[in-house]
Amino acid sequence: MGNPEVRPSLPVVGGTGTAGAVAKQPDGSRVFLTTKLEKLLDAARKNSLWPLPFGTACCAIEFMSFMMSHYDISRFGAEVVRFSPRQSDLLIVAGTVTDKMAPVMVRIYEQMAEPKYVISMGVCACTGGFYRAYHVVQGIDEFIPVDVYVPGCPPTPEALLQGVVKLQEMISNGETRYQRALAAKRASQAQAGG
Amino acid sequence: MANREERLAAIRRAFPEGSGVVELAGGDMQTLRVDRQALPALARHLKDDPALDFKLLLDVCGVDYPGREERFEVVYHLTSLEHGHRVRLKVPVRENDPVVPSVYGVWRAADWFEREAFDMFGIRFEGHPNLKRILCHPAFQGHPLRKDYDPGQRWLLREGEQEEPAWAKEAQEDEDHFETQVLNLGPSHPATHGTLRTVVRLNGEVITKAETEIGYLHRCFEKMAETHTWNQVIPYTDRLNYCSAMMNGVGYALAVEKMLGVEAPPRAQVIRLILSELSRVMDHIVDVGANLNDVGAMTPFLYMYQGREELYSVLEACCGSRLTMSYVRIGGLSSDTPPDFEDSVRYLLKRIPKLIGDMETLITENRIFRGRTEGVGAISAEDAVDWGWTGPCLRATGVAYDVRKAHPYLGYETYDFKVPVAHAGDTYARYLVRVEEMKQSLRIVEQALERLQPGPIITDNHNVALPPKEDVYTEMESLIWHFKLIMEGMKVPVGESYGYTEAANGELGYYIVSDGGGHPYRIKVRPPCFAIFQAFPHILEGHMVADTVAIMSSLNIIAGELDR
Ligand code: SF4
Repeated sequence: MGNPEVRPSLPVVGGTGTAGAVAKQPDGSRVFLTTKLEKLLDAARKNSLWPLPFGTACCAIEFMSFMMSHYDISRFGAEVVRFSPRQSDLLIVAGTVTDKMAPVMVRIYEQMAEPKYVISMGVCACTGGFYRAYHVVQGIDEFIPVDVYVPGCPPTPEALLQGVVKLQEMISNGETRYQRALAAKRASQAQAGG
Repeated sequence: MANREERLAAIRRAFPEGSGVVELAGGDMQTLRVDRQALPALARHLKDDPALDFKLLLDVCGVDYPGREERFEVVYHLTSLEHGHRVRLKVPVRENDPVVPSVYGVWRAADWFEREAFDMFGIRFEGHPNLKRILCHPAFQGHPLRKDYDPGQRWLLREGEQEEPAWAKEAQEDEDHFETQVLNLGPSHPATHGTLRTVVRLNGEVITKAETEIGYLHRCFEKMAETHTWNQVIPYTDRLNYCSAMMNGVGYALAVEKMLGVEAPPRAQVIRLILSELSRVMDHIVDVGANLNDVGAMTPFLYMYQGREELYSVLEACCGSRLTMSYVRIGGLSSDTPPDFEDSVRYLLKRIPKLIGDMETLITENRIFRGRTEGVGAISAEDAVDWGWTGPCLRATGVAYDVRKAHPYLGYETYDFKVPVAHAGDTYARYLVRVEEMKQSLRIVEQALERLQPGPIITDNHNVALPPKEDVYTEMESLIWHFKLIMEGMKVPVGESYGYTEAANGELGYYIVSDGGGHPYRIKVRPPCFAIFQAFPHILEGHMVADTVAIMSSLNIIAGELDR
């Protein structure tokens, strides 16, 4: 019955060895596994990120290459680009953000539903880059929290791919801003309750 | 083409000595110093006198000279498409009364350029219909290009303080007493390809009024240029029109070389030309592809993108960077091309025409595409010139103006190529012109490859370029040159110049002022799409709302050079 191996990307928890995690059919084949709902959701989230490209400048051109046939982000399950913040969970800020643009970016970020992640693509988005100037935001983390910074001016499409993979790892390990905030909240609740 | 004396005589017929118009000696082009009272009449005369025929206003900008009694200078650049000649006007004004009459009534092209000079310097243009900030946000205080403005001084814009057109706030009914609707497109919108914003009033689906708001990517190029050395400006130029970065650098280097009186060696010139033309192809691929994408045809974009990736690989092999190349240096290039350069370009010459052919088969006679684009976003040749259009968008209206033919540089006069022209002036015509231009560019590249001879790639004038490293290690003199260039930077003689080249979008101009120091005193970029985009809201009126995306992407507005 099917592939007896458990797909490694599905996080299996509980019990020791296979006993607690994977149940066996009477004929010996393993058919289901137990996990926490949250872990399962994380696995789903990680493998189907829906990016919203907030492309403002030159980096957006490399973002296009990252989407297109040659580099092809769909290999990593994140090709469903949505321009509506309500339909996406990954904000990729690609390019310089100016003071005039910052309120727009914040508004879009706030319109996205949790859990949401942010990748800052390029040195401009990360730090302002070589525009130390009167109209340029010196890093988008002045305004919104960032999960992954991808350096480069512009980063190569490979670098951005790596940024997405890095974010996927972080989701598996519970390291994103959303997950950490959630864990902290639970801990404080447990403390208050206990 | 009338010569300088004849032009001056034609001006003197209406403006004799003592009437506020003085010709300044020397310079890279005929320059007139004009009293502001004389400006409106002079502008009219320059435009209407058939011997002068200055129909195209290219640029208006301010310059700040804090030491002078008349602190600001407003500089106008004009050209005649008929005669090919050019003139520069300078209108000085005092700091306590910085007012100049607007020339919007003569050339509509002045619209946004005057607003920019107001935004950057606080110079007021009397009679301008809508004089307000254009690049900086509304909560910004002060005028950033004034010399006493600290480059790092920021002002925060809060939610709710954004610019809204006054008319958009009022409710309005149409003649049948139905309410009309105001729709906001952008600045983050899938079809704006960047940070452009348009607000339209709709009656049903028809646009009755439109206004564009730009500046969302104003990252202070011109101020940054004043705080960097001449060569350090090159990476910034790459980020103007980032779809064809090479051409910006070439235009800048040529303008500075003109001031220095140096020339890049022949090999560097040919490589610059090859890469410029390949960049033009790349730029047109993106523009045509995005245009098709916006009207619903994704496939050609995917096809063409393969070619673009291959083009990128060639650029990357030359300088290590795909997009923002920084390959040009003043006086030449940063390094020589790799050994397989010619072969890879030859491969591209075979490969890209195939991709263009595929796309043409799919699109050129496609009924849906023609239905979406023919007659959409049309503009007449007179209007296009009046708004200051250049490049493929102007040529789509039937005006065969191309800087490569009219004022050749890099030896374009010795190449055999044609300037494609269409006549309808609509979105479809712009598509046709771009496709044909790609083919002509490939023809130029083919001829240029034949002329590529081995040789140096940067000038041996060591006031400008570093001496070879081996010499620095072994010769005292070279070591001194090296030291001086690194520590002080190159020095450009006092003066000014306006350098212009045919970039992918049209005439890309650099008005450069040097005070003899290691930094540029003032660099004003004349971005081709700035002039084009100011006509956009006027073109939109009467179109359906779905046409906005088709028209916008056919104009190829690149926010990097639009907002700088
Ligand atoms: S990081 Fe570099 S390439 Fe990216 S937007 Fe900034 S200047 Fe452009």
